[in-house]
Amino acid sequence: MFIRKSFAVNLGGIRVRSRCLCGAAAAGPSGSIRQSNHGQEQQCSGTSIAQYDIAIVGGGMVGMSLACSLASMPLTKHLNVAIIDSNPALVNGIRINKQDPPDPRVSTITPATTSMFRDIGAWQYLQPYRHAYFDQMQVWDYTGLGYTRYHARDVDKDSLGCVVENKVLQSSLLLCIQNADFQKRIFPSRLVSMSLNPGLKSKQMDGISSEISRADLAKLHLSDGTCLYAKLVVGADGSKSQVRELAGFKTTGWNYSQNAVICTVEHASENQCAWQRFLPAGPIALLPMGDNFSNIVWTMNPKEALDRKSMTEIDFVKTVNHALDHGFGPHPTSSLLGKGNIFSWFGAGVPTSGNGGFEIPPKVVKLASERMVFPLSLRHANDYVSKHVALIGDAAHTVHPLAGQGVNLGFGDAFALSRVIGEAIAVGMDIGEASLLKKYEAERKPANIAMMAILDGFQKAYSVDFGPLNILRAAGFHAANYISPLKRSIISYASGEQRLPLFT
Amino acid sequence: MASKLLHRVPWLLHRVGAVSAPLKYPRTLSPTLAAFASLRLLSDVAPRPLPVAATGNSPPASTSPAPQFSGSSEKFEHNAKSSSVRSSLKDPELAKFSAIADTWWDSEGPFKPLHLMNPTRLAFIRSTLCRHFGKDPSSARPFEGMKIVDVGCGGGILSEPLARMGASVTGVDAVDKNIKIARIHADLDPVTSTIEYCCTTAEKLVEEQRKFDAVISLEVIEHVADPAEFCKSLSALTIPEGALVISTINRSMRAYATAIVAAEYLLHWVKEMAGFVHNPLTGRWSLSDDISVNFIAFGTKKGQ
Repeated sequence: MFIRKSFAVNLGGIRVRSRCLCGAAAAGPSGSIRQSNHGQEQQCSGTSIAQYDIAIVGGGMVGMSLACSLASMPLTKHLNVAIIDSNPALVNGIRINKQDPPDPRVSTITPATTSMFRDIGAWQYLQPYRHAYFDQMQVWDYTGLGYTRYHARDVDKDSLGCVVENKVLQSSLLLCIQNADFQKRIFPSRLVSMSLNPGLKSKQMDGISSEISRADLAKLHLSDGTCLYAKLVVGADGSKSQVRELAGFKTTGWNYSQNAVICTVEHASENQCAWQRFLPAGPIALLPMGDNFSNIVWTMNPKEALDRKSMTEIDFVKTVNHALDHGFGPHPTSSLLGKGNIFSWFGAGVPTSGNGGFEIPPKVVKLASERMVFPLSLRHANDYVSKHVALIGDAAHTVHPLAGQGVNLGFGDAFALSRVIGEAIAVGMDIGEASLLKKYEAERKPANIAMMAILDGFQKAYSVDFGPLNILRAAGFHAANYISPLKRSIISYASGEQRLPLFT
Repeated sequence: MASKLLHRVPWLLHRVGAVSAPLKYPRTLSPTLAAFASLRLLSDVAPRPLPVAATGNSPPASTSPAPQFSGSSEKFEHNAKSSSVRSSLKDPELAKFSAIADTWWDSEGPFKPLHLMNPTRLAFIRSTLCRHFGKDPSSARPFEGMKIVDVGCGGGILSEPLARMGASVTGVDAVDKNIKIARIHADLDPVTSTIEYCCTTAEKLVEEQRKFDAVISLEVIEHVADPAEFCKSLSALTIPEGALVISTINRSMRAYATAIVAAEYLLHWVKEMAGFVHNPLTGRWSLSDDISVNFIAFGTKKGQ
């Protein structure tokens, strides 16, 4: 039961008496508090309410990466941070048994994210555990009209990405923050409501009324009754973000009529390439995880997803092999119009991996984990920031998994926000101020929107089986395969090296 | 006396030439702040050449008597009332600021350009002061233990960040309303509530024999009746080997002359200067070498 507490709420303003102006502090301020929990006021347990500089709501991969990033920079490591997440693993630690088969929940980390992890000192905690770099990628579709083969050496790099289990990522970030000399406190609880002080308020002193933008604090109420104050609340609590809802951010988006089936499979030998085949109902991706294991992300319509989840393991393995191999259509041949095809002179003189030829993915021998099903949607918050609040990760944007970009965008947000906070502290600004948070939004929003648009474009382009469109897509495959500047640009953008998909 | 003047002429001509040169003061910012000043645009508008300045004495640091001006110095609003006790502000300016004092902290209000410019000014101040006093630029509170005075603090828009950077800040302003607003706002945050605000003038502080490690007076000198006196007072408030930062809008030939000549030719303490450039597309200000519009200057007072 909540006890309604009567605060000294005075929407008109408060008279503050102050005698001397030179050297003596004026009377302490208090003001009206706008409730964002529909007028209900909870009682806070405990006598005093703790105050933090930043409250990170959501201790998942993206939230923890923000905390680690703040801990690693000299300008921000003195900050007092609260992490609010009811997951007991944050307090007890995440136990990982190296003998276990891989979890089906994995993320593909781009090289840009890997280097950011190294910068904050979290990568060293990840290295003892299973993770797999891949330097090749093959993309084709069911029409058999074209394919593209990417290689890391096309951009003079060692790898295109790294596949890591989510629990390994989380554990390494948790160890990083625990070993850092950083003031943090983990609240194993959920956020229930939040009080912000938006806009201007009137204050009166000696007859002078003034509109002052309050550099006040946000107040958070947690499910176990604790309350805390924070200058900045960061919403890192996922696609169903509570912070986003409480702060009143509107979102745009739609649900894809697709679900993703996720599982781990095993091969007879090591798989070192990432494979993605676009089928009529959606793409199937095979991502190498190391130790002969691979991760499957198979997008399809919801009915098929339920069927595939409930069928026997042996049948499932058969359908997977069928989908990756001859199912739904033929293999693409090495060239569309024979040896001297019109594209070959584009890449004249520059050897590309397009000449490597089409390869068939390795056969799946058995299923190594349970099958999980997730609905897919696209969602984007119209604003990422307002006074005292910032959204990062899935709370700000959810994308289709077809290019493995989702969590990388989230990490990009976290590192951008921590940098912006550092710059603000360098010039003595209040970190909850909207103008500085807008700088973070201006940096990340265009990049995120561009990526979402491209992924959505791909999703739509591949969901239609229409002759001329199929030929166009095939032409696209060929162009990407044989025109090396285009290929380099694609790899660079997908690796996170390039922020926007332009030839800049 | 005449021989002294003649002796100074070649030096003054040299200074005229120096100021007209496009990049007189090479700027090197500390690496952590390179991000702010990454748009170091070379000025494609050369600073306006200054007409030959007054052939008056150029006194050294503040211990000298009031400077003697010759007849051609009417470009300064130099008047006979050179009493150092009188407030140096012009009365119409006072009234103008009083009227809009309520909106100081409204970042979308009349002071919006100042709010937008603030981080850039602070970047310059942080960079130059850290270098001069040997402070660690990567520290969150580099000015810990330093006493800074913000002359013409207004609503405290500069004083508060300085306090957050660790300094013991005193803010003074001739407009009483500004001080009241500043006090209310500073008390909202425990870190900034330590700022001392006084409704007074630089001259009065000099009388009280106050001394500070750094004296900062931004966007004030263009409102001052007697810039030369004002600069003298600022200098008097600075400890030996202390720092002095002045900025102004170069609205007119006279403003340029007033500020540059008063600061440089009379007190010749300017060590480093930067211009402010506004990017209309992003709405952001950045530091540059173009000082023809708005500039900030940092100098130090010679030790005794």
